[in-house]
Amino acid sequence: MVDVLVVGAGPAGLAAAAVLAALGAGEVEVLDREPRAGGTPRHCHHGGFGPLGLEGPGFAERWVRTAERSGAALRTGVTVTDWAGPLTLDTTSPHGLERITARAVVLATGARERPRAARLVPGTRPAGVLTTGELLRAVHVHRQHVGTRAVVVGAESVGFAALDALRLAGVDVAALVTEHPRHQTSPARALDARLRRGVPLLTGATVADILGRGRVSGVRLTHRDGRTAHVPCDTVVFTGDFVPEHELARRGGLLLDPGTKGPATDGAFRTDRRGVFAVGNLLHAVEPARAVAREGAAAGAAVRRYLAEGDWPSASASVPLRVAAPLAWIAPNLVTPDEPLPYGGRFALRTAEFVGRAPLVITQDGRTLHHARLPRPPVPNRPFHIGGDWAARVRADGGPVRIAFG
Amino acid sequence: MTPVGSVDDGTSVTRDGALPDVTYDVTVVGAGVVGCAVARELAARPGLRVALVDASNDVGDGTSKANTAILHTGFDAVPGSLEARLVREGSRLLAAYAADSGIPVEPVGALLVAWDEEQLDALPTLLAKAERNGYDAARIIGPEEVRSREPHLGPGALGALDVPGESVICPWMTVLAYATQAVRAGVDLHLNCRVNTVDAFDGDVRVLGTGRGALRTRWLVNAAGLHADAVDRLLGHDDFTVTPRRGQLIVFDKLARDLVRHILLPVPTALGKGVLVAPTVYGNVLLGPTAEDLDDKSATGSTAEGIATLREKGRAILPELLDEEVTAVYAGLRAATEHDDYRISADPGRRCVTVGGIRSTGLTASLAIAAYVTALLDDAGAGLPEAGDLPPVRMPNLGEAFPRPYQRADLIAADPAYGTVVCHCERVTRGEIRDALAATVPPGSLEGLRRRTRARGGRCQGFHCGAVVRELFERGAELGDR
Repeated sequence: MVDVLVVGAGPAGLAAAAVLAALGAGEVEVLDREPRAGGTPRHCHHGGFGPLGLEGPGFAERWVRTAERSGAALRTGVTVTDWAGPLTLDTTSPHGLERITARAVVLATGARERPRAARLVPGTRPAGVLTTGELLRAVHVHRQHVGTRAVVVGAESVGFAALDALRLAGVDVAALVTEHPRHQTSPARALDARLRRGVPLLTGATVADILGRGRVSGVRLTHRDGRTAHVPCDTVVFTGDFVPEHELARRGGLLLDPGTKGPATDGAFRTDRRGVFAVGNLLHAVEPARAVAREGAAAGAAVRRYLAEGDWPSASASVPLRVAAPLAWIAPNLVTPDEPLPYGGRFALRTAEFVGRAPLVITQDGRTLHHARLPRPPVPNRPFHIGGDWAARVRADGGPVRIAFG
Repeated sequence: MTPVGSVDDGTSVTRDGALPDVTYDVTVVGAGVVGCAVARELAARPGLRVALVDASNDVGDGTSKANTAILHTGFDAVPGSLEARLVREGSRLLAAYAADSGIPVEPVGALLVAWDEEQLDALPTLLAKAERNGYDAARIIGPEEVRSREPHLGPGALGALDVPGESVICPWMTVLAYATQAVRAGVDLHLNCRVNTVDAFDGDVRVLGTGRGALRTRWLVNAAGLHADAVDRLLGHDDFTVTPRRGQLIVFDKLARDLVRHILLPVPTALGKGVLVAPTVYGNVLLGPTAEDLDDKSATGSTAEGIATLREKGRAILPELLDEEVTAVYAGLRAATEHDDYRISADPGRRCVTVGGIRSTGLTASLAIAAYVTALLDDAGAGLPEAGDLPPVRMPNLGEAFPRPYQRADLIAADPAYGTVVCHCERVTRGEIRDALAATVPPGSLEGLRRRTRARGGRCQGFHCGAVVRELFERGAELGDR
């Protein structure tokens, strides 16, 4: 029996554990199935993780140290395999099988990219098709030979991170391909890839066919206007298209949000199961690591409050938030009226397509709660944020809250 | 009762270099499920020198790796056909063999669900056919029972034929068990060894020209599957033509497994066969196959049209399935011929047996086919020694219905490598990967390692573990390159 069991030692889990241990929440244990703690940033050898160009591995190491110094127990190489009770988990590790019960469980299992199969890309099944996640580990951790000429699918920021890793591994990049009309990263980064590195960005294009046997020999691209092109390559990297790593949440029968596909949570990171919290990119695949760590800290405070006060909203007390296309999701996606929104009352949203300057309209049972233009037009594959003042006007006895572009 | 042959580490599985300078008594061409089963059967004959050769770098790398993974009862075969007989016999043999050797089998049963009046009307005929095939456990059930037994089924099911004897099996482990047992009993397995030419006899020996040089043999078994017609022509026959029939399949993630309890088979009608939805022993759900007659024996790619068709049909059968993540889309080529039945025949003059036209039932029938082929060789004058016993094999368990190594405290206590999970989605441990790399028939590629362990076969397709698994594979290959 521990006080808090955190599943996943990425930025969210570590930050939550650090705060909980520092606040004196008792025995706080963090489990991670990987051999080392730190989560996805461990493999992100690029800046953007803090001041002075802090890179992912340093960021991960910093949070590992913070959690350990605050008194949380970190155990790696431990896989949580299933639930054995509402707050009891079964694990496997080289030390054997173990069953752990906690007063509160925090799921921080993160997110992953969707691979080629999940994207239903037709063709043969040769070697040389991978995700950025695999690429980064192959290049930075194992120094493996990746290939000689690659096509990168996806033009959000992680696609450009894939370009950097490929360059380090000595792989030429034939093209960056996106189904969208524009890239979805910073203009400077896109310009650098195009001008300095000479990587063409093919917009409005999808991979229609993967070719080759044994090893990839090329891809056939289809443009929105019907044109097709054959691009020879021996490597295809599918980037972005992140989804929550929600297996444990689903095995536990937690209510999932239809948009995020992560557990449905309110502003206090509470799922529909008493004592079970969820935090980080399991809730919104994906937000940057720094934002996730901040969120983990807020979740730690929320868990601490629960341990002290024992409050948990009944299922009927929370109102679901439902987005309309082209919005893809909102997180948190439950509003518990009369409860504070600990995470600064901020909601993260995502659009599936480029949209213009249409206002965002939030209604409940036809009643307008919020109607405002966004400061900048939202970009697909990137989160945008809105404040949470409107949430105070949600009625507990009302229907679902609808969020749409007006 | 002494085991036949001996474990011949290091030399009995080859992937490159010249072939050994020996004359084989029998050479089996094609290391798919049929060829491996035949080689295993021959391995039980003491003193017989047997080679098993394949063009690919692994066993079971052609048609055998891309089927629907069902252990059939043979209820719907053509009564009186050779196929019906061998499927019926093979089904019993394989069920017993699987239990002995640890090949996962789940007896989930099948429902042939009727979605329209024509299909409903076809059920009594199918029931009668099952009975003529000696299968009398089938019965017709009404829509309420269908609904209660498959609560996630789409609307509109009018009834079903319940065939409780149908099972799902691990097709891959079946091939590997046969090959392992054969090799341990002294069969030489030569991979990357395509047969290009067949010379005339010199005495009672003839030379096969392979991609790895000359191979001398007295007898030949043609189990070349898709290429059985080509090999047959090298032997001077022209009995049949293999028309590859492509079947595309979609594999859904393990989290979909609870949506389906039985193999949901289509009811064949004049309008053709539909697609099936079936659980797999690995805990996935399979949707497919398409049926496309092609000319190209290498067209194992999936297509946008094929995927779209399957998704449309799957949505009608099991709507919630389509919301689940897909872990693989693959296409297999069935070795269809212009004939209705298996084409298995001996030619004593040319000292060969051809095993052609083995369709999707080949997995189920494999052990019976092997016994049949061996009897044909005997009758044709091959002079096979009396059969002895084969040393038993025990294959690693890939089935979710049985304890996997990561769930076994006893295994982990004995060897912590079974508690080190490397592939998280499929819960594959370092111990299992190590064992596969050191096995009698080790993998020749990462794909081969995936089939042996499931590593990299889950929903993330290597996002988490791809680089580590590759590292282990490359190191394993360095350590024990066999």
